[in-house]
Amino acid sequence: MSRVLTLGAAINEALHIAMETDPDVIVLGEDVAGGGDRAGDDVDEMGGVLGTTKGLVKAFPGRVLDTPISEMGILGTAVGAAVTGLRPVAELMFIDFLGTCLDPLLNQAAKLRYMFGGKARVPLTVRTVTGAGMQSAAQHSQSLYWITAGIPGLKTVIPSNPADAKGLLLAAIRDDNPVVFCEAKLVLGARGEVPEGDYEVPLGVANLAREGGDVSLIGFGGTVPMCLAAAKKLAGEGIEADVLDLRSLQPLDEEAILTTLEKTGRVVIVDESTPRSSVASDVAALCVDRGFDFLQTPIRRVTAPHSPVPFSRPLEQAYLPSAAKIIDAVRSQD
Amino acid sequence: MDLTPETLRESYRRMRMIRAFETKLGELVTAGKMGGFMHLYAGEEAVAVGVCAQLRDADTVASTHRGHGHCIAKGVDVHGMMAELFGRATGVCKGKGGSMHIADLDKGMLGANGIVGAGIPLSTGAALTAKMKRTGGVAVAFFGDGATNQGAFHEALNMAANWKLPALYVVENNGFGEFTPTEFVVPVKDIADRAGSYAMKSMIADGMDFFDVTAKAVEALDHCRSGRGPVLLECKTYRFAGHFVGDPLVYRSKEDAEDWIQNRDPLQGFEAHVVEAGLVDAADLRRIDLEVEEELASAVEAAEAAPFPDVGELTRDVYVEAS
Repeated sequence: MSRVLTLGAAINEALHIAMETDPDVIVLGEDVAGGGDRAGDDVDEMGGVLGTTKGLVKAFPGRVLDTPISEMGILGTAVGAAVTGLRPVAELMFIDFLGTCLDPLLNQAAKLRYMFGGKARVPLTVRTVTGAGMQSAAQHSQSLYWITAGIPGLKTVIPSNPADAKGLLLAAIRDDNPVVFCEAKLVLGARGEVPEGDYEVPLGVANLAREGGDVSLIGFGGTVPMCLAAAKKLAGEGIEADVLDLRSLQPLDEEAILTTLEKTGRVVIVDESTPRSSVASDVAALCVDRGFDFLQTPIRRVTAPHSPVPFSRPLEQAYLPSAAKIIDAVRSQD
Repeated sequence: MDLTPETLRESYRRMRMIRAFETKLGELVTAGKMGGFMHLYAGEEAVAVGVCAQLRDADTVASTHRGHGHCIAKGVDVHGMMAELFGRATGVCKGKGGSMHIADLDKGMLGANGIVGAGIPLSTGAALTAKMKRTGGVAVAFFGDGATNQGAFHEALNMAANWKLPALYVVENNGFGEFTPTEFVVPVKDIADRAGSYAMKSMIADGMDFFDVTAKAVEALDHCRSGRGPVLLECKTYRFAGHFVGDPLVYRSKEDAEDWIQNRDPLQGFEAHVVEAGLVDAADLRRIDLEVEEELASAVEAAEAAPFPDVGELTRDVYVEAS
């Protein structure tokens, strides 16, 4: 059985299941309980700034911890808790705040196992909201997953739809490695069928969201709906597109990328982040390194410009990739 | 406080081992036989051993770039440590950590740390685990005066105090943050005063005096174990060597250093106390000195003879592989 849920609600359901099935799972972050755990007090709680963790504190008292606004403290404490036997889900409200707290991820979570000769396990999940689309401007709209995806020892995933969000989050929490779970603003409110019960979507496995054969549109997170919209329009012109949803940026499903490239010989990569050192560039390099013989046209990348994210609505729209930009990119390959 | 002749001999053995170990490392690095950045703990032995002698198996220790002393004090195998510092496959971290990341989770030793202050939130997380899983353990973080200028220190102490975690924060105030005198960069006279911002209990110990450290550690650990929250324990100490092996030591006065090294040596102070009080014979201590030298020589010999890691180790242990 399944029902229609928003991506945010699917995450909330996954957190409930993870906490029910494993007493070591805790949730900590700014406002995650949101004041809802005051004993004898009948106040409602925020459940996070976007309400994603609402209801958890009532269901799991003592295991949902409001923290001070101390990102370094939150992530550092979560790493220490993970390495000593808990399975924390820490919330970094927006990935932009990584600037205050990169060390616990970069130098601690990512490296303890390796530095300690394989003795440590760091079963940590960091949930974080990424990307533009809410007019939250330059310091609350970045798509910095390319930073965490590039750090050996970390995994980074980004769902594009509610069903994947639930399954990927359960898999991330149960993984014994530190996983950065990105919630793209563009799809956080998206609705979709979500299976009931407990299931996992494996990390490192891309999903062929649409089968075409003429061109491969490769996206993830908020760019997958754009790819699907572009594919629909291209179909009207007689061009059938594969749409590959990467879902996981590290580990990267290289075989799925090469498989669709081999089929179509033509690839457009759509990434909401800025272009330098991006996932789009990384995937393009992979296509050249390992798929050169399959390529029949130049590779195109559709990304944000090398620019901060603007506030003004028309500027923000111009900043983001779109179905129209994807179609233009496909046409430019002829 | 349970200071029997047996426990005193064991504490002396560990302090002597730290001193001998660090002296040997200084020689090996200077002779070019050992690589890497090397920060020696000699002079601060009474802090690590005074605190760790009061710990139990469930207790954890997080350390610093100057971490060999904490490892030895927490019972990490000296052979495994020496092999690690030689980068050998038999090292306690398979030769992948080295001096600044030496660790042994089986001993509750959560690692030296190359990032100043980074062990403080990690230890706070270990304290959160201890509290939530009711292990009865206390998480001890050792760090220097310099680390108390990092945001990580303040964020972690605030959280630990707020959650009343079983966490002991031990500041080894050796008077210098790398090469800069502490008073140049810290406006408070005592680092312990910083606990006031977090309504946290604080204490000050003479870090050169094993017995003072022990007394304060016992009181602090009792506070933590009884659920009354964390403690900040400042130990005033001195780094006999430089910040790292090769430090030209131009920034501190030779007279001051000589005074600390000649008149405040924690091992000499320990010996004078136990012999005068009739707790341990001087002859026992000399025997321990010899045993330590023998063990160390055998550790160096074994480490030098041990194989380097296989190149296949390069990309192993980056992730936990699915079983």
